[in-house]
Amino acid sequence: MMNYSSRPAEEPAVHARDLTVVRGPRTVLRGLDFSVPHGQITGLLGPSGCGKSTLMRAVVGTQAKVTGTLDVLGSPAGHPTLRTRIGYVTQAPSVYDDLTVRQNLDYFAAILDPGRSAAGRRHDDVSRAIADVDLTSHADALAGNLSGGQRSRVSLAVALLGTPELLVLDEPTVGLDPVLRRDLWNLLHAIAADRGATLLISSHVMDEAERCHRLLLMRAGEILADDTPDALRTRTGSDTVEAAFLHLVDEAIAAGRTKETTR
Amino acid sequence: MSTPAPARALGVSRTTATAARVLRQLRHDPRTIALMLLVPCLMLFLLRYVYDGSAHVFDNIGASLLGVFPLITMFLVTSIATLRERTSGTLERLLAMPLGKGDLIAGYALAFGTLAIIQSALATGLAVWFLGLDVIGSPWLLLLVALLDALLGTALGLFVSAFAASEFQAVQFMPAVIFPQLLLCGLFTPRDSMHPVLETLSDVLPMSYAVDAMNEVVRHPDMTTAFVLDALVVAGCALLVLILGAATLKRRTA
Repeated sequence: MMNYSSRPAEEPAVHARDLTVVRGPRTVLRGLDFSVPHGQITGLLGPSGCGKSTLMRAVVGTQAKVTGTLDVLGSPAGHPTLRTRIGYVTQAPSVYDDLTVRQNLDYFAAILDPGRSAAGRRHDDVSRAIADVDLTSHADALAGNLSGGQRSRVSLAVALLGTPELLVLDEPTVGLDPVLRRDLWNLLHAIAADRGATLLISSHVMDEAERCHRLLLMRAGEILADDTPDALRTRTGSDTVEAAFLHLVDEAIAAGRTKETTR
Repeated sequence: MSTPAPARALGVSRTTATAARVLRQLRHDPRTIALMLLVPCLMLFLLRYVYDGSAHVFDNIGASLLGVFPLITMFLVTSIATLRERTSGTLERLLAMPLGKGDLIAGYALAFGTLAIIQSALATGLAVWFLGLDVIGSPWLLLLVALLDALLGTALGLFVSAFAASEFQAVQFMPAVIFPQLLLCGLFTPRDSMHPVLETLSDVLPMSYAVDAMNEVVRHPDMTTAFVLDALVVAGCALLVLILGAATLKRRTA
């Protein structure tokens, strides 16, 4: 478990300055400045293709051609010591379809915490991760035989192994029914509250924004706002985050036009 | 986790965990295992009766094929298996974890090497004891070459999977990479009676040395210098291609 008191309060879990990512001929992220506070759920919201996944891959350290400063848990993103401290779930479930749920988790656990002496600890960790995502009754089913929502929960369970300090989840609620979606959000809140973990969660569904502590609103590779849901609604005089987002988009477009005309 | 072990280039427990995982995946696919083990036996059986009248032809071609089968099978399974690893996102996930590239490659080599031993033992046993393949040297040496061939196949498959964007492309690499070697390795015509250009070409292709090594075992009672050199060339090629394969695994991708 993490020790809060020893950490300087102002040091964020993720801190980016002038973060730029180029993919082929396209600049996907342009000079972003943002931070993700410790022990909270930060939602990364924006339309499909705005650069959410690229930003998350940069944080995890799997994205090539990243420039600028990007510090994660006190080290530069992609630093080898971060590999056991971050749990990452890609948008498409990345698990082995021809292994059972438990076999999948056993393998990834053996990569995170190897050696025969750790076998007992691994067994407990795997059972807990399976219970966390409510798949205990399916532990011996092949991942390929599960439904889409169940497979994405296996993928999430892998990320929960080893009690990571930072969880990066790319669209974890896609394809889940309302009950599962509520259960998942309850789990994520419990992970932040009880285990002190930091969560960075992307979504393109705006009503999920209300469940986050903080929001990063993105559009076309830029960050439109970095605030709490309440503050965003108040600032824009809107009832919902969706309305606030649309307000900010209109504002950005208008600002873009003025820039063009004054040039 | 109280003491997370650091990620090194090669760690024994992560390698064996990876090998166990690959074999466990195969265990859920008994049809593939059956095909891998039985098809070479069936081919040898057919070959034996195609050359029913001329036993020495079977001795030559049969021994060569014992070296060719493991290479082809392991090439195919490895290229498809690693391609699936790349496209399913599990490779990205593994490389974001403390897994060394060497762990992954050695894990694959260990898993498929084990299968190759079983496959070669079956094929060699069938050829020597039931089909009357006349081997003057030790059948254990045949098995050793078969294992080195399997490793070479695994290495080539791993390397090639980096250049295949789909399963369709991966299978097409089989004729592209394997067939020229098959034609030039001395299976159809002795290498020294080929056109000098083709002979030179066959000198730089690793399968030629695998087939030469097999033929040394068939013809000589002891381990010859030529055999040792041939085996070393095959092993060296396998190692070189494995290193090239490791270089195609990137932690950061576009």
